[in-house]
Amino acid sequence: MAGIPVHEWTLLDAARAIREREVSSRELTRALLERIDRVNPRINAYITVLPEQAMRDAAACDEEIAAGGARGPLHGVPVALKAIFCTKGIRTTCGSRILHDFDPPYDATVTGKIREAGAVLLGKQNMDEFAMGSSTETSWFGPARNPWATDRIPGGSSGGGTDTGGSIRQPASLCGVVGMKPTYGRVSRYGMVAFASSLDQGGPIARTVPDAAAVLGVIAGHDRRDSTSVDVPVPDYLAATGRSVRGMRVGLPREYFADGLDDSVRTAVEKALEALVSLGAESVEISLPHTEYALATYYIIGPAEASSNLARYDGVRYGYRSEGAKGLIEMMSRTRGEGFGAEVKRRIMIGTYALSAGYYEAYYGKAQKVRTLLRRDFQEAFAGVDVILTPTAPTPAFRIGEKVDDPLTMYLSDIYTIPCNLAGIPGISVPCGMSPDGLPIGAQLLGKHFDEEAIFAAAAAIEREIPLPRVAPEEG
Amino acid sequence: MEFEAVIGLEVHAQLATESKIFCACSTGFGAPPNENTCPVCTGMPGVLPVLNRKAVEFAIRTAVATSCRVQTRSVFARKNYFYPDLPKAYQISQYELPLAVSGHIDIERNGTTRRVGITRIHLEEDAGKLVHAGAFAGAQTSLADLNRCSVPLMEIVSEPDIRTPEEGGAYLRRLRDILVYLEVCDGNMEEGSFRCDANVSVRPKGQKEFGTKAELKNMNSFRNVEKALEHEIRRQIEVIEDGGAVVQETRLWDADAGVTIPMRGKEEAHDYRYFPDPDLLPLHIDEAWVEELRKTIPELPGEKIARLASRYGVPRYDAELLSSSRLLADFFEASAAAFGGNPKVTANECIQWKEAIVAGRLSPETIAHVVEDRETGTISATASKTLVEAAIGTGKPVRQIRDEKGLTQISDAGALEAIVDKVIAGNPKEVESYRAGKTGLLSFFVGQIMKETRGKANPRMVQEVLKARLG
Repeated sequence: MAGIPVHEWTLLDAARAIREREVSSRELTRALLERIDRVNPRINAYITVLPEQAMRDAAACDEEIAAGGARGPLHGVPVALKAIFCTKGIRTTCGSRILHDFDPPYDATVTGKIREAGAVLLGKQNMDEFAMGSSTETSWFGPARNPWATDRIPGGSSGGGTDTGGSIRQPASLCGVVGMKPTYGRVSRYGMVAFASSLDQGGPIARTVPDAAAVLGVIAGHDRRDSTSVDVPVPDYLAATGRSVRGMRVGLPREYFADGLDDSVRTAVEKALEALVSLGAESVEISLPHTEYALATYYIIGPAEASSNLARYDGVRYGYRSEGAKGLIEMMSRTRGEGFGAEVKRRIMIGTYALSAGYYEAYYGKAQKVRTLLRRDFQEAFAGVDVILTPTAPTPAFRIGEKVDDPLTMYLSDIYTIPCNLAGIPGISVPCGMSPDGLPIGAQLLGKHFDEEAIFAAAAAIEREIPLPRVAPEEG
Repeated sequence: MEFEAVIGLEVHAQLATESKIFCACSTGFGAPPNENTCPVCTGMPGVLPVLNRKAVEFAIRTAVATSCRVQTRSVFARKNYFYPDLPKAYQISQYELPLAVSGHIDIERNGTTRRVGITRIHLEEDAGKLVHAGAFAGAQTSLADLNRCSVPLMEIVSEPDIRTPEEGGAYLRRLRDILVYLEVCDGNMEEGSFRCDANVSVRPKGQKEFGTKAELKNMNSFRNVEKALEHEIRRQIEVIEDGGAVVQETRLWDADAGVTIPMRGKEEAHDYRYFPDPDLLPLHIDEAWVEELRKTIPELPGEKIARLASRYGVPRYDAELLSSSRLLADFFEASAAAFGGNPKVTANECIQWKEAIVAGRLSPETIAHVVEDRETGTISATASKTLVEAAIGTGKPVRQIRDEKGLTQISDAGALEAIVDKVIAGNPKEVESYRAGKTGLLSFFVGQIMKETRGKANPRMVQEVLKARLG
């Protein structure tokens, strides 16, 4: 690893180097903390940085290595968690003022699994408030910026990594990294602050496809604390990234290559397809006929569930409380009025409306029916193909402030990622090109329920065939 | 005009599970405030509910015992509203698709059987409670105790089949007894583990359509339910007779004043925005599970009453009293089996000593032995009472106590005759007067004999022997 700065290492290289004592966890952690010090003021990727704790944990990892043991596949490797995962005693803001000082009394299942695997927690990452956004501009803690062009958005809502409508894949695409949203039920939601319970799913954002596969192997699995998590064995995802794609049938849904798709994105995704075909995969044109209804469906179901999930933030037990209110109702109203930002309020109101007496059937009931149709679209498509290839986002990263006052345009940036959440299937975004402006572009691969292995294999093949710069150029 | 009441009852029964319905916290009563809580039942960000299997079992057993149809698929929904005792700001409750539907309970009144339909049985979680510093109206602070949050409740909704307050009371008592028999609820109304709301309307007798109903709340005893229903029926009839119309509203029973009063405001205007809880999968209950649980259903109160009456020949009223507790009925049967004498006497004793029996402070042998000793004349009725009292809580055989206290009667005819003869011989004047017609002196002789035997003579036999000797 000589000569390569540690922040450019892959997770698997770092893990191996620590195991083989080429580098200590302390060295690695210190180097990344220094880089956070240097870069974070510019890109605002972290809400909370934990230098003392991280160094303590790293030292403990080093002692364990010296004693001849490694806790797990991530032993000593510094990682960060999106501010949506509960961490016992460590501030978990969810990007919101209403949780600006919230220290959870418990660890999320994902937090626990990451720790058990030996990872060192660097801090909690910035995100759109309650994961509601596509640009990280709705965070109470200020917008995060795209490392490739700091006047642009890094995508949203992550941070890294939960995905309700694209919050892992879209930022991964816009920042030139890999983002994997697993099958709904693959990763426990326990301790992940809920946005839309039937859509939320945690997953990794990593530098490479094998890195993402390694992390998913750690965090996946059945959890009896989450009734919606599914008891399906966790396969060797890392092994899947080395699988051949020869004979793989790759579906191209015509609805995803229609109007509104940026030319540079189209070209890059076509390159990704060519790469797969050159390795022996077969391209199949398919149709997902209900795609045009996905966005509307998502913006009923997501807000409806959110309106109920976010009702608990009332200032009574934890989090922000407005001072000086004269009575209970006034205290609750003012707390929520002051504690939530505009986008969160917009979705709470949409969701409350959609669930109201007299409107339920027309909105929530109808949306559930359309959701069933969307799911069926995928089922039928997957009868003839192994994976589906699409763009992850319609355009490369847009400028900060460009869409923040225009929610409808903003919502359209998730148009390719949302159907996957509604169907509960896995999806991954892998870098496949650069725009003429030097901005990263990602390709999205969608798989069958619990067939993360197929999309890992295809994504890894694209990654190998299309060499791209791994790290954003340092700005002056 | 003659009016008829139409009553439907909604019961909330707290299930006697050890842990809460969606987390592992204890359901124990009387813990210090907020002791029985965890991140899940206090609604921390990110937590998820996991359904308690035992609570489902209890509800299925109740459904089977009330002839309900258990639905293969039922769904938990969220009932959304803001209140400080509701940490998630929604209550998880089964709404559109309840666990069970279409059952009934038979109640017997004055020799006839009335069937009250059960619309539905569903599961839900309880809320916490607020403690106000000082009087509610002027309270400066309120404190929330979340111990009760997520304690499992089962709601049992009756059809509007009840016509009188007495029928309502009988239905409630029978339902309570069934739940207690099944050991799914402790049935304690005063402590709130068995709560009842009522929907009441009146209509001219013979009319098919229902009148406008009022919902009654805040009735914390069986007697209060009956009184509240009586009052509300009378009130509604008066409103109509005075030319007015009954208003659909929620009314609270004020037990001290003996009236129902309209409840003001807050609960009336709610839109609860029910929707299926995405954190819980639909609950699937297969036929095999129901059948397995059906085998665990004990003999229920109605069957038991009928059987005790026919098998032991005890009056129906006694059979009802005996069956008011499964333990008492079992005790009675064990006592009757231990001594084959007249079960009616055994039944009376069991009813008399119910409190000690239910508390487990008496053994069936104690009752069997005193009943047997009385029947053989070995002890008197007075001694019987003294003996049972002395046996309560000691575990000592009652016959040992009898012998230690010397409470055996002299019922041996020969022995008594000797004593009688001795007394006759010692009191010639009184014998003469008696024989001359002063029969009132008989009690004098009885007294003398009791004195001689230190009260142990069997009084009935003493009289018989005396009469024969003096006659």
